[in-house]
Amino acid sequence: MNRFNNDEQRRLMQLLGVEESFAPSRSRRVFLQSAGAAGLVIGFGWLAPTSAEAALPGAEGAAAGPLAPNAFVRVGTDNLVTVICKHHEMGQGNTTGLASLVADELDADWSLVRTEYAPSDAKLYNNLLYGPMQGTGGSTAIANSFLQYRGAGATARAMLVLAAAEAWHVPASEIRTSKSTLTHASGRRATYGEMAVAASRQTPPDNPPLKSAAQFTFIGKDRSTPRVDSPSKCDGTAIFTIDVKLPGLLAAVIAWPPSFGAKLVSFDGADAKNVKGVTDVVEVPEGVAVVATGTWAALQGRRALKVQWDESASKDLDSEALLARYRAQAAQPGTPFAKPASASAAPAAVKTVEAVYEFPFLAHAAMEPMNCVAWLHDGMLETWSGHQFPTFDHVFAAKAAGLPLEKVKLHTLVSGGSFGRRANVWSDFTVAAVNVAKAIGGRAPVRLQFSREDDMGAGLYRPMYVHAVKAGLDAQGRIAAWQHTIVGQSINAGGPMAQLLIKDGIDPTSVEGVEKSIYDLPMLAGSLHSPTLAVRPLWWRSVGNTHTAYVMETMIDELAVAAGRDPLAFRLSLLGKSPRAAAVLKLAAGKAGWGKPRRAGVAQGIAVHESFDSFVAQVAEVSMRNGKVRVERVVCAIDCGVPVNPDVIRAQMEGCIGFALGALYYSEIDIKEGRAAQRNFDTYRALRIYEMPRVEVHIMPSTEKPGGVGEPGLPPLAPAVANAVAKLGGPRVRRLPFTRAGLVET
Amino acid sequence: MSITLNINGTRRDFDGDPDTPLLWVIREELGLTGTKYGCGIAQCGACTVQVDGQTLRSCSAPVSALAGRTVTTIEGLSSRAAKAVQKAWVDLDVVQCGYCQSGQIMSATALLEQKPKPSDTDIDRAMAGNICRCATYQRIRAAIHAASSQLAG
Amino acid sequence: MSMKARLIVIVLGGMFGSLASAEGLREPESFSSITNPTERSRALFVEAGRVLQHPRCVNCHPVGERPTQGNDGHPHSPLVVRGSDDKGPIAMRCTTCHQDANYEQSGVPGHPRWHVAPKSMAWQTKSLGQICEQIKDPKRNGRKTLAAIQEHMAHDSLVGWAWTPGGNREPAPGTQAQLGALIAAWIDSGAACPAL
Repeated sequence: MNRFNNDEQRRLMQLLGVEESFAPSRSRRVFLQSAGAAGLVIGFGWLAPTSAEAALPGAEGAAAGPLAPNAFVRVGTDNLVTVICKHHEMGQGNTTGLASLVADELDADWSLVRTEYAPSDAKLYNNLLYGPMQGTGGSTAIANSFLQYRGAGATARAMLVLAAAEAWHVPASEIRTSKSTLTHASGRRATYGEMAVAASRQTPPDNPPLKSAAQFTFIGKDRSTPRVDSPSKCDGTAIFTIDVKLPGLLAAVIAWPPSFGAKLVSFDGADAKNVKGVTDVVEVPEGVAVVATGTWAALQGRRALKVQWDESASKDLDSEALLARYRAQAAQPGTPFAKPASASAAPAAVKTVEAVYEFPFLAHAAMEPMNCVAWLHDGMLETWSGHQFPTFDHVFAAKAAGLPLEKVKLHTLVSGGSFGRRANVWSDFTVAAVNVAKAIGGRAPVRLQFSREDDMGAGLYRPMYVHAVKAGLDAQGRIAAWQHTIVGQSINAGGPMAQLLIKDGIDPTSVEGVEKSIYDLPMLAGSLHSPTLAVRPLWWRSVGNTHTAYVMETMIDELAVAAGRDPLAFRLSLLGKSPRAAAVLKLAAGKAGWGKPRRAGVAQGIAVHESFDSFVAQVAEVSMRNGKVRVERVVCAIDCGVPVNPDVIRAQMEGCIGFALGALYYSEIDIKEGRAAQRNFDTYRALRIYEMPRVEVHIMPSTEKPGGVGEPGLPPLAPAVANAVAKLGGPRVRRLPFTRAGLVET
Repeated sequence: MSITLNINGTRRDFDGDPDTPLLWVIREELGLTGTKYGCGIAQCGACTVQVDGQTLRSCSAPVSALAGRTVTTIEGLSSRAAKAVQKAWVDLDVVQCGYCQSGQIMSATALLEQKPKPSDTDIDRAMAGNICRCATYQRIRAAIHAASSQLAG
Repeated sequence: MSMKARLIVIVLGGMFGSLASAEGLREPESFSSITNPTERSRALFVEAGRVLQHPRCVNCHPVGERPTQGNDGHPHSPLVVRGSDDKGPIAMRCTTCHQDANYEQSGVPGHPRWHVAPKSMAWQTKSLGQICEQIKDPKRNGRKTLAAIQEHMAHDSLVGWAWTPGGNREPAPGTQAQLGALIAAWIDSGAACPAL
């Protein structure tokens, strides 16, 4: 994700209307500090929950102080530490990460740490790498919070220490903290809970010193911080948006346009209304909503609904036709994104490798289909959802409801996966939920739920891309030429971020991984075509790297082979300006036994890629039987800067690898006659347990600032596997997924 | 027409359409939301419950079929195997987003209840119907083995 | 029969065959023009084979561990194996997903005895002649007499599922009654198996 300068920040704020103050945060903090007793729920107008609401998911502020020195940490007289997490938990473990940062500096007992999710407040909870926006994505959660959350914990600790110093009449420097306990050599001892009230009366220090790495007790300490969300996700008590209960809650599904761009002509809801449980059949901007007392009744009602659509302009979109068009465009120069360092002095290419790569549309297919609960009441709007981009959702929900920002309250819940789907600058399903709530006169809270078919057919796919590459080697086997044309939709064009992100006609998310490659490729000439289609695009876990890494890492491999060189050595010779990439490549290769003989029928393929400030190298060990690929083992090395939760990092690498492998094997959304041909897991296959390779993860020790972890494990997998397949004598696969090449056992 | 169900040891009556998928009765009539909707076509396993010790995809069974039968959801797991599975899941930090995990745990528990020492092939076959988009599969496998060891004591 | 006569029979049989698929299975009487009983018997079985080798039947008569599905016979998704009792492995029993009847709400077909046919009754990759020999062989057909085979084909409700498969599945041709009649006529004419 790009970092914004001040001008850009101001423009973004104007665009999103967040200049208006909608959270009187300072006065709220004062209120909380003076609250006193543990568990006291503050009545502060509608902002704070009532005791009934406190039991609901997303009851922010339910855990009160009394020690509440900033927006991120509370210490109660019950000795519990509550960390307010500004980021969205979709499985990647940032809740545990943020809590670790606070708990380490605070010297808290991990078993006494609780977490809750922050309200929507771009002033308090913005992603520091985004500017004035609260949101999670681009693998930035820990990176942007690393110092901020540590500072929050250190502040609370400093105030506890000052309070103890005062109470015990000893110098603060003599007080020790450990496991939520303050001690002094004289034998004085107090828990944080016992000292919380006194601590809340101290002045928060401006810049409390942070620990040195040698002093960390949780950060980087393997298995010291079990995931805080594990227990509730193992016993059925974790509340996802689909589980929210509210008095009088109605369930809604929408009859969506059957093809991208189809227009509603008319509908007849008579039969739908006769289905038991259906309460309303109403038109919304998105289509026709069927509202009922339960989700099943709503689905049944929708089956009985008769809708006429005008598909005269929407049925032309076709994946095969698009690919042909893209291939033709890729043969023409587009808008340049990379110019060769010196146009004329390039040595002659004696060997050329030319390839055209084709990547299909991809759906995110998170396990929890999209959903949002919207409740219009008492002149305000409340929503419950996996709000991954709260600032956008907040603004667009307010706009849809016709309410000022301060009358809109978001409750962010954990979500059943996102992979990018919930992070979108149109807030499609949030706005749709609000529209349904409005359409029923705001008389009840309503959950808009996507069925799996709705979710998969909704568009907002990782776009289709075509790359045309022509690379040449000189007589010494060095790369002499590299022409690279990319064709694919700009994810940001036409959206609120367009002005900020698209520069000189180039959307960086279309070219990342080719542009500013880790390799020394001064001769690289890159250009981009950004067609516009009726199907909306969206980022999909690791964004541009999902296709650029495949192209770069298979092309580099082909060039190595053409040059008669070992693919590892060839890469290393080009990584002069990327020592961290070189190091992680060597680590993976070493751990995988690269170059050592393998048993018959098994080959290794290697790949390295930088994304989201982290460097990941993978060696895939692959066998083939009857022409079918089997990935047996993946050795993964990651340099993500200072690692916060090593086991979470390992889990994310395992997950990225499985996710990438499923996509490589199976995933494509075919658009035929303007609609997705794949609607459920029978035709859009997901990787299953018996296809998962053994994954070994090695984390590079580092003191660099934290890089991303949620996405960087993805890009190297597909090319590493493809390179192994080629080494086994299999084809060089240029069109994904592998099932198209007949390479996968079904 | 009223159907009497036995859910987690409690008798519950259901008066609605007998053809309603058990999943939605569990979730919305009985309020037990641990069992999830993921696909509605028995492909993903998020809706898995146990009936008389066997797994069942509750999205694919009419509630009428469960009249008089013992249904166990994630909230009602109490066997030794279930406790071992849940403990192993937490010990190994199996979960990521967690949405599929009720179903995974139901299937893993059924496996261990019937075969306390499953092989990797047994695990492949027993768990093939449970999709995890976060791909926590390596840990699911390790946790099943860990639970198995714990049960062997 | 002369070569020419054979050709005429084959061509006519083909024509009738294509007409028959539009209308269903041929009645046994329509085979009476074949005077040679063995030829007639084989022809009756070939007609019955349009059911036996139809995807609705053959999908659950796999040779290996995995049933298939669809009209293209792709491996059953998700992966299921027959298990020790042809009813699925532990924790992935057929009844995990398949209930007593087709369930339109989930699109999953069903029958109270949903299972994979035992290996001795595997039909995939077998020729019709081989299937015929299997069906006749008490060691491989579950110890059935020919009369029991006819009863099974004509009246067993799991066999009958092939004609009411639910969803968008293409039913087997004709009706179960027609199949039963064909098998009865086949038995009456000597239960001869096609050469191939």
